[in-house]
Amino acid sequence: MKGTGIVSYGASIPRLRIKSSDIAKAWGKDPDTIIGGLGIIEKSVPSLDQDVATISVEAARAAIDRCNINPKDIGAIYVGSESHPYAVKPTGTIVAEAIGSTPIIMVADYEFACKAGTAAIQTCMALVKSDMVKYGMAIGADTSQAAPGDVLEYAASAGGAAFIIGKEKIIADINNTCSYTTDTPDFWRREGRKYPAHGGRFTGTPAYFRHISNNAKNLMESSNTKPEDYNFAVFHQPNGKFPIRVAKMLGFTFEQVKQGLLCPIIGNTYSGSSMLGLASVLDVAKPGDRVFVASYGSGAGSDAFDITINNNIKSLKKSNASLVSQLIDEKEYIDYATYTKYRDLLYWE
Amino acid sequence: MRDVVVIGVGITKFGELWNKSFRQLIADAGAQAIIDSGISGSEIDALYVGSMSAGRFIGQEHIGALVADCSGFSLMHIPSIRVESACASGGLAFRQGFFSVASGMNDVVVIGGVEKMTDVVGTEATDILATGLDQEWEAFFGVTFPGIYAMIATKHMHDYGTTREQIAQVAVKNHANGVLNPYAQFKKEMKLENILKAPMVAYPLGLLDCSPVSDGAAALILCAAEKANKYTDKSVKIIGSGQASDTLPLHGRKDICTFESTVYASKKAYQHANVRPNDIDVAEVHDCFTIAEILAIEDLGFVKKGKGGKAVDDKITTLDGQIPINPSGGLKAKGHPVGATGVAQIAEIVLQLRGEADKRQIKDAKIGLTHNVGAGGASCVVNILEAM
Repeated sequence: MKGTGIVSYGASIPRLRIKSSDIAKAWGKDPDTIIGGLGIIEKSVPSLDQDVATISVEAARAAIDRCNINPKDIGAIYVGSESHPYAVKPTGTIVAEAIGSTPIIMVADYEFACKAGTAAIQTCMALVKSDMVKYGMAIGADTSQAAPGDVLEYAASAGGAAFIIGKEKIIADINNTCSYTTDTPDFWRREGRKYPAHGGRFTGTPAYFRHISNNAKNLMESSNTKPEDYNFAVFHQPNGKFPIRVAKMLGFTFEQVKQGLLCPIIGNTYSGSSMLGLASVLDVAKPGDRVFVASYGSGAGSDAFDITINNNIKSLKKSNASLVSQLIDEKEYIDYATYTKYRDLLYWE
Repeated sequence: MRDVVVIGVGITKFGELWNKSFRQLIADAGAQAIIDSGISGSEIDALYVGSMSAGRFIGQEHIGALVADCSGFSLMHIPSIRVESACASGGLAFRQGFFSVASGMNDVVVIGGVEKMTDVVGTEATDILATGLDQEWEAFFGVTFPGIYAMIATKHMHDYGTTREQIAQVAVKNHANGVLNPYAQFKKEMKLENILKAPMVAYPLGLLDCSPVSDGAAALILCAAEKANKYTDKSVKIIGSGQASDTLPLHGRKDICTFESTVYASKKAYQHANVRPNDIDVAEVHDCFTIAEILAIEDLGFVKKGKGGKAVDDKITTLDGQIPINPSGGLKAKGHPVGATGVAQIAEIVLQLRGEADKRQIKDAKIGLTHNVGAGGASCVVNILEAM
């Protein structure tokens, strides 16, 4: 698989935040119990004019701005999300127009719960490797939904990241990737329904932990690597606890996980989750660093990646766009009443 | 009536058993009980199965036939009977099987209890359990089980000065016992402060005052005492059984702090067994909520009415106390797959009387009692067993 890798990347996180304690107060819950139980202090909230299209465009532009490639050389864009603004009409076409990659380009929207963006990376890798395209862009972004009062409300947030995949000018080699997929209905949203449903604790052991841990073991076995071979490890982050627990189960340390662990301060960005974690790692990684990534999508599956940073990362113009840490720091708090307005939770006739 | 003994016990682990179906659970428990007893399938005369609401939990009725089939007995055409009395279904299935052997109609019967509750979401499980209440007078108006027991708890606190802490001590004790039970859903010690700080469900009952939603099954083999020796030398004798009813809705009772179904069922069981409450060495009682255990030990006559909270606080109901209650961890920590509960209670007492309860063994236990309540006390079954 050597020879295919990441050319550039960009991130987008809405600036609005709501604290878990404010949501807890609105529902008469004990804030300390909620924060302690989920490991989420606050989460990002999309404003009225932000959706998966705007977040995807912002992340895509950041990726383009950092590297020296012609947008016309991007031959494919795939946008993974479970909150595409349209049920029928792609988000990807909006992104392609916005960055100037149209009209000779393959575009499609993906959905696989929280791992549609990493599935898009795999598709782009295959297209690049087979020389069908010079560069491919994979985006994972969401403005995830949560029913009022559901435990998901503390986690479901907004954000996304874009990755340009190619053979030339790569800053990080993707040495290996593999997936682990079964039909496991732990979390779903039926056609026409506004909010998702989930199986409570069933989303844990038989879903998240089983798929990530098996896939991670398969990846390390086929890559002939061990947890200690990696400088960084990024996992999907539905809450602040699961990624730390699965890392420990696999033999990774908290030190390896912490740079990519964003959920405690921005919530679960769903399709953006593991990809924003990877972007955060790329913000600080040095040549030679090795990065392990495992996404998770309910329904269910996991995509894992073995990545090595190379010297080209030094010439990437990271400062042409905001680092993940800058996006996190640029924030403005709203209260629960404002949140209900922005998230369309109010009802009137 | 002839004497009847329990010659085999089978129990599955209780908990969120996502990889086990209803039929797998009951077949596993039944197979264990048959192996434990030493009988062969061809010697079984009948099956009695307790299940509260398989129709709602898994969309399956005709449970008698299903259990015979999934246990491999359908081709032998063994009669199979499903028994339902809400959360007392298991205890009542045992009582019906006991009658059938005592009467001489059957020599060997299998008693099963099973429920698969985690295939539905929590709110639906609450609705399904509420079908054991009075639909017209209680459930229709939004009352659920935690609400019923919360009203009882507040009245008990008002009438007898029972404290929130005393009620919570039931959960502390049962969690401590659950740690010692390999079948228990929760094997984690809980401090008083954990119970008191848990999210409120219905005042004064918090989350850790409530028994959980569980999957699980248990099974027993009953045999005519005169024929048991050819199978096993570890029989436990059934010496008493009582059953009673009360008004379905709570408001029909003259005192909501007394379950008269428990009072009458236990009175009949004590008379049948010719024992008194202070002859009981160990009891498994129906602690679907912590307050329910306090009511139980009062209504069974172990302590005076109103003194249950203090008794728990004084630690007379711990494993080494004067009257050990719920050494299995009870419904609170062992789990409460409703149809299985009554059978699992008897399985625990049989293990105690056989001296096979390992780290939770009550020393010198000779006589044990089980107390299985249907819903909010509208039905109750009490069984008494004796070591041989």
